[in-house]
Amino acid sequence: MITGKKQAELIKEISGVNPLKCMKCGKCSATCPSYNEMDIKPHQFVSYVLNEDIEALMQSESLWKCLSCFACVERCPRDVKPGKLIDAARQLLIRQRGQEYLSPDEVPELLDPEIPQQLLVSAFRRYRR
Amino acid sequence: MQRIGVFVCHCGSNIAATVDVEKVVEIIRQEPGVVHAEDYQYMCSEVGQAKIADAIHEKGLTGIVVCSCSPRMHETTFRKAAERAGLNPYMVEIANIREHCSWIHKDVEEATKKAVILARAAIAKVNLNAPLKPGESRVTKRALIIGGGIAGIQTALDIADAGYEVDIVEKTPSIGGRMSQLDKTFPTLDCSACILTPKMVEASAHEKITIYTYSEVEKVTGFVGDFTVDIRKKARSVDMDKCTGCGVCQEKCPSKKAPSEFNRGLSNRSAIYTPFAQAIPNVPVIDREHCLKFQKGKCGVCAKVCQAGAIDYEQKDEIVTEKYGAIVVATGFDVIKLDNYDEYAYSQSKDVITSLELERIMNAAGPTKGHLERLSDGKAPREMVFIQCVGSRCADDRGKSYCSKICCMYTAKHAMLIRDKYPDVNVTVFYIDVRTPGKNFDEFYRRAVEDFGVNYIKGQVGKVAPQPNGRLLVQASDLLDNRQIKMEADMVVLAAAIEPNPDVRKIATMLTASIDTNNFLTEAHAKLRPVESPTAGVFLSGVCQGPKDIPETVAQAGAAAVKAIGLLAKDKLLTNPCTAHSDELLCNGCSTCANVCPYGAITYEVRQVNDHGIREDRRLAVVNEALCQGCGACTVACPSGAMDLKGFSNRQILAEVDAICQ
Repeated sequence: MITGKKQAELIKEISGVNPLKCMKCGKCSATCPSYNEMDIKPHQFVSYVLNEDIEALMQSESLWKCLSCFACVERCPRDVKPGKLIDAARQLLIRQRGQEYLSPDEVPELLDPEIPQQLLVSAFRRYRR
Repeated sequence: MQRIGVFVCHCGSNIAATVDVEKVVEIIRQEPGVVHAEDYQYMCSEVGQAKIADAIHEKGLTGIVVCSCSPRMHETTFRKAAERAGLNPYMVEIANIREHCSWIHKDVEEATKKAVILARAAIAKVNLNAPLKPGESRVTKRALIIGGGIAGIQTALDIADAGYEVDIVEKTPSIGGRMSQLDKTFPTLDCSACILTPKMVEASAHEKITIYTYSEVEKVTGFVGDFTVDIRKKARSVDMDKCTGCGVCQEKCPSKKAPSEFNRGLSNRSAIYTPFAQAIPNVPVIDREHCLKFQKGKCGVCAKVCQAGAIDYEQKDEIVTEKYGAIVVATGFDVIKLDNYDEYAYSQSKDVITSLELERIMNAAGPTKGHLERLSDGKAPREMVFIQCVGSRCADDRGKSYCSKICCMYTAKHAMLIRDKYPDVNVTVFYIDVRTPGKNFDEFYRRAVEDFGVNYIKGQVGKVAPQPNGRLLVQASDLLDNRQIKMEADMVVLAAAIEPNPDVRKIATMLTASIDTNNFLTEAHAKLRPVESPTAGVFLSGVCQGPKDIPETVAQAGAAAVKAIGLLAKDKLLTNPCTAHSDELLCNGCSTCANVCPYGAITYEVRQVNDHGIREDRRLAVVNEALCQGCGACTVACPSGAMDLKGFSNRQILAEVDAICQ
């Protein structure tokens, strides 16, 4: 079992985000289309990482309610990008569960040119077989 | 060989905590030429300086090395101390063992070693020092103020009241600046025009003040006390002496589609115009880009209706050259462009405005005659939203990293004024932090909340979206209630960040004054010399130095004036004796040095030279010592090693390098 501290470091490494840059303006939560679905709100992701409470973050509904629309990433004035943090937490969870990705052979038939690439990547992670 | 004394400063614990100062003294005492070495807690104190003086007298010292802080800090202090003790001040050298050593290192042993090396380098240099004597230059008793806003006007008035001639150069057709665009001013809510226009009138009527409006600084040469400046007076197309300011030309002008700069483009003006009714001078200019006469060759209505015959289509730009002793930069600010903030729908909806635009809307002389109304349909708003920190405090490349400082207060002012005049309008302010340091400032903000019922919500707005019903959907955070707010508003006001006037870059280059990454002019010292530029004779007034409100601007403008007066009051200035000179036997007249000299201090003359018995005429570089600032560019560029700098000779620099590499 890895510690919360180690997990927090992993999340920072995967996301490339420095949560200390946050000035707590809440623009991420103001911008989020899934806000009402989430138990932990986008602006709170930052403090969960800072408090090294990663288990709670990985257990949260928000992990699967985030659309990866990246509006919060785009609009964050402090370059903190909460969407990347939740994305990293999701990756961490998936890695812990083991091999649950789609196999590369299945990808071509799922491709739809209308779907934004980010959503596709996100969907691959979520709707694994 | 010099008789050198070395003085090692502890600087309290600043140096002594990282550098073993006793050990430095012990080692340095053994250096050849060193006849005295000691350490003391604060060398810059009276006692410390007395130690230097005593040693000069007792040991007959001819050179001094002080191991202490940066020479920028205390070189002058120690040179003066040496001078008082009868030593030439240029025989003092500083080894910077604070900024260059103790502050940047942790390991005591390593830092002590480095301190010794730095001291050795300074000793090597002092050994080759020669006494230098500063020359004198005259001071032109006239000041130039660049920018005619409240900062420039106040500085001009203060300098002129002290009895010196002052010229104000203002780019736009009238003085007054941003303050003339404001409606009311915080925290007393007095009318901006009522307190500004008397100052504008005073400046224009002052016998010592000359105002060049619609003019720009084109070229600056010279140095402190003796600047020569070219001012371009742009063609006004109106004779300033003949015009009576009756305003008939503006009334009759058929071209009325030019966006009014004064009203931030919210209304149109005529092609011949004064920016606002109280403009000074009250003489219009013709905006040639919008004038039918200039664009199509037909019209000439203004010339026909002008009783005074003041219209002059043939007028050309004019260059005025004037000499100044001091230059004050007061170029002010503008609001940032909001092109990168699509989420706030500024470019999509007329009802999303900046605070400066609201200022014009609230003003009786503004585009809506002071009625608060939506610019899209002219309807009175019921719900207003203010968004703070738009482009301020940003770590991304869309905005500015700094706090614009004035927005919290002007937003409280706007909110209060609207609630006072239109009690049925709901006002919501979305803030990140409310920053109100300043006399009576927090009380002002609390009044907005407690007495006027302005709804302050902590949380930034994520997006503003125009709705089919003509209203604006505002989606925001309420961080304290941990909820997302979706509300409809009739108008949204953005507290857009302020930035230095973009022209300041050009002006800073002309003045060789330094600017920071945000284009604010840099002070000579952030705390102790806040109104002086590092470039001698250049002073800073107002927002060109950093965001500030009106009271602070006026205070700083006065401070800049005092510094300028202090300079103008002198008849002569001592010049830096560390200037370049060329060795006539080595110079081959190649012009390389003249090409790199940033001050135009090098010229050439043909002179007869006696080169080991051979007499011949040669083209030689000559340095004007009054212009040379001792930057050393020529000494590095000279291919034949003829150029050398007094006080920093090539031999001295190499001796320092040798001492370090020992």
